[in-house]
Amino acid sequence: MKWLYDFSYLTRTIHEGLSERFEPGTVVILEMLLVGLTFMLLFAVLGLVLVYAERKVSAVIQQRLGPMRVGKWGTAQTLADVIKLLLKEPLINKDADRFLFNLAPFVIMIAAFMAIAALPFAKGLHAIDFDIGILYVAAVSSLGVIGILLAGWSSNNKYSLIGAMRSGAQIISYELSVALSLLTIVVLTGSLQLSVIVESQADGWWIFKGHIPAMIAFLIFLIASTAETNRGPFDLAEAESELTAGFHTEYSGLKFAFFFLAEFANMFIVAGIGATVFLGGWMPFHIGTWEGFNAVMDFIPPIVWFFGKVGFIIFLMMWFRWTFPRLRIDQLLTLEWKYLLPINLMNIVLMAFLSLMGWHF
Amino acid sequence: MATSAIIFYTIAGIMIIFSLLAVTSRRILRAAVYLLFALAGTAALYFMLDYQFLAAVQLIVYAGGIVVLIIFSILLTTHINEKLEKPAWGKVFITATLVLGGLMLTLFVLTNHEFVLGTEPTAEATVSVIGERLLGYQAGGYVLPFEVISILLLAAMIGAIVIAKRNSTKS
Repeated sequence: MKWLYDFSYLTRTIHEGLSERFEPGTVVILEMLLVGLTFMLLFAVLGLVLVYAERKVSAVIQQRLGPMRVGKWGTAQTLADVIKLLLKEPLINKDADRFLFNLAPFVIMIAAFMAIAALPFAKGLHAIDFDIGILYVAAVSSLGVIGILLAGWSSNNKYSLIGAMRSGAQIISYELSVALSLLTIVVLTGSLQLSVIVESQADGWWIFKGHIPAMIAFLIFLIASTAETNRGPFDLAEAESELTAGFHTEYSGLKFAFFFLAEFANMFIVAGIGATVFLGGWMPFHIGTWEGFNAVMDFIPPIVWFFGKVGFIIFLMMWFRWTFPRLRIDQLLTLEWKYLLPINLMNIVLMAFLSLMGWHF
Repeated sequence: MATSAIIFYTIAGIMIIFSLLAVTSRRILRAAVYLLFALAGTAALYFMLDYQFLAAVQLIVYAGGIVVLIIFSILLTTHINEKLEKPAWGKVFITATLVLGGLMLTLFVLTNHEFVLGTEPTAEATVSVIGERLLGYQAGGYVLPFEVISILLLAAMIGAIVIAKRNSTKS
């Protein structure tokens, strides 16, 4: 059971096992393939679980039962949906730009894959631990918007084009707030490396240690990351009543499934970054000198902590979606540029002052 | 051939192909996408050199910033059925000669230059080192150019706001 608490045993065993049988160059390639396959599998499972969770959460909020027919409690519903999506005909508009139309879903998926590689899942379970961690995640997640813009333009459909423009304007604006709210915590950690940020929270999570400015930053992060993933109440890019389905109106079958999957993958990624930076990543919940309590918390494996925190943030985002009414485009841009951004900038100065005076824990 | 050499030549090949496609494509949005691939290839080369900071900056500024800006302006101004006209043969000829001349010159200099392998260990380019250098005012610090550039950026931002601002007089 030791590997459940420190995954470096597992990864070292795999590495040594491969090194005995193959050349070093082949080992590197095999390991890259293994990591890639793991993430693909993770994405597939995430898609299945999160779509089911979203339908059940929305059902609870709207006092319905949600899917109940397929499998016990409707648990096999998403699996059936996937089979349906795979069997659908891939349609392409007559005057669509075929190359870009086919490329767009892959751009979004590649951006999601690149971003998830930097997430620390548990002790020793971390694909790449960059020195520039947060900067890297911000950089690659800004690539996803290109896929959305290409999808909207190449569909040769005015709804798609308008949806893509709205979506692009939204993501570009809210990226700023996400990055700045993360920077507020970086002021305290003094490092962009995600593993260092997790280690620095061994004696308490930053949202508690950084108290007031950290809480403001966490709130801004929640709002801005919900907007960055194009989810409600910021889902005006795919507002059904005005734009049918926004930038992915013309997509069907597998390529539509990619957009759908990318939305949930991106939600998982932003929740993962939020959990890592504000809620201590895979670090258990510790209270000062309560030895017994801390020992009990240490007993829960880190990977359970990580997925628990991510699940909590995802639940908050779903709660937002099914509670708040949708914003108009001008309200959306006003919220970002006139409220969130100035508050964020002042918050960073406040955090820097607190950090300088040593008023955090 | 070593694995790193194979990876390098793959990235370099991708960059060359997409750079050529970017200037020869007659559909303007496709050209922008090919440019994106060429720029992302540059970032991949920086990652290969373990210079992660520059790689991330390349992705943020060029791929995430400038290419998105280009795509946005194309989305606003052109229609999907538009194709660029074929350039006149004279122009193609002059451009090709200039490009070939530039290529020859670069290759000539590169092949004739003697590269000296450094014996000193290369400096680590971690974020903390870069930050201390950028804001350092002792020897080896770059705080003055850093501040000059930030003033330039501030001026550009104010200029953009002045241009974009609506006139206060009622029309």
